[in-house]
Amino acid sequence: MKPAPFDYVAPRSVAEACQILAEAGGGATVIAGGQTLMPLLNLRMSQPFILVDITRIEGFTGVARTADGIRVAPATRQADALADATLQAHVPALVQALAHVGHHQTRNRGTIGGSVALGEPAAEMPAVAVALGATIEIASTRGTRRLAARDFYIGPYMTALEPDELVTGITYPDWGPGHRWLFREVARRPGDFALTGMVGALALDGERITRAGLCWFAMGPIPVAMREAEGALVGQTLSGVDPAGLAELALSGTAPFDDSHASAEYRRTVGRRLFEKTLRTALEAREAA
Amino acid sequence: MSEHKVEMTVNGARLAATTEARTSLGDFLRNEGGWTGVHLGCEHGVCGACTVMVDGRAVRSCLMLAVQADGAEVKTAEGLAAPDGSLHPVQQAMRENHALQCGFCTPGVVMTFAALMERDGTPDEAELLEAMSGHTCRCTGYQGIRKAARALAAGTVGQGGGQ
Repeated sequence: MKPAPFDYVAPRSVAEACQILAEAGGGATVIAGGQTLMPLLNLRMSQPFILVDITRIEGFTGVARTADGIRVAPATRQADALADATLQAHVPALVQALAHVGHHQTRNRGTIGGSVALGEPAAEMPAVAVALGATIEIASTRGTRRLAARDFYIGPYMTALEPDELVTGITYPDWGPGHRWLFREVARRPGDFALTGMVGALALDGERITRAGLCWFAMGPIPVAMREAEGALVGQTLSGVDPAGLAELALSGTAPFDDSHASAEYRRTVGRRLFEKTLRTALEAREAA
Repeated sequence: MSEHKVEMTVNGARLAATTEARTSLGDFLRNEGGWTGVHLGCEHGVCGACTVMVDGRAVRSCLMLAVQADGAEVKTAEGLAAPDGSLHPVQQAMRENHALQCGFCTPGVVMTFAALMERDGTPDEAELLEAMSGHTCRCTGYQGIRKAARALAAGTVGQGGGQ
């Protein structure tokens, strides 16, 4: 249960970090909070030559309002984001989800960027980014680029991130005052990986839904966006939506897996009820936690 | 395999040593500092037995590298009691309520509760029990821990209100 040997560096700037990643030619792994990576290292499921710790990079923590929304720096601790007034006011779905990310003890170390960049299929943070239409900022020695979260996830622990690239920020759009958020998950123990779960937001003009963003987690190899259900919701009034009628549409595109915790069939059955319940709660604007 | 000079404060004392990059904070505290109150159980972040305080926050010392704690202020279960030996309120509450079974995970539980006390003053029972989820496994010793949490939240520790 001890990691294989590796080198360790803690760069102080993005340029320095990118230089190290470029020179390592794929042998480097980025560590932030390490709350998912450390178990993989200890179990020797991951054996990098060099670990690049990004938590000491200048300006890599904090939350700021920008022209595009609310920008979260990648090494921002989950516990700090959970207590952040700006996120509580403008990105409530993220804050609700964060309360379910690991345990109190892991949220004190784990970061937003780390969870987004790793792409664990049952994790909340990737699904929140997809549901809310977040933009992921990426840097390397070749330059910078921005990618929609929806285009970022490819498979379990597989993302569009090249080996020499680093996530430098995540920007969540502001869904506007009075928007409705949705979040619910089912786990065996509080803080355990979800057996099924969903997160989302509904933007409103009066009673009419003008935009919908909904995403499953633990229901496939990547966060599964409910594109068809989103399309069906836009233009409807809050009182006109039939959650039960949309459940089948919401489940299209999911590919839940069988594992030691639950069968695919269980996930689908519970997911259907979870969707109906969560959407109904959001339409009625009761707390959907 | 890089070696690193690591220096930190543990329970008020300076601890400095050269260590491999792969050494976990938990191993470092035990092997270099002799702080054997840090119990390493599962070594992959599930059991919570190795929980210590780093810069005032409860963290799992098996999921943190010693090099990552360079310059940090660390507290283990040994650092909770006062110099004269009088127990920390959390320790007192655990003692009064027989809040342990075999005791292996207890230092971690105590550190989680103590970190919440330091941050919040008086966390309520629900907060303490929610944080307990980071330690829950298959034991049967939880009722005593619940009672200890209740006593801490109610501020009745040390009034002979135990079992």
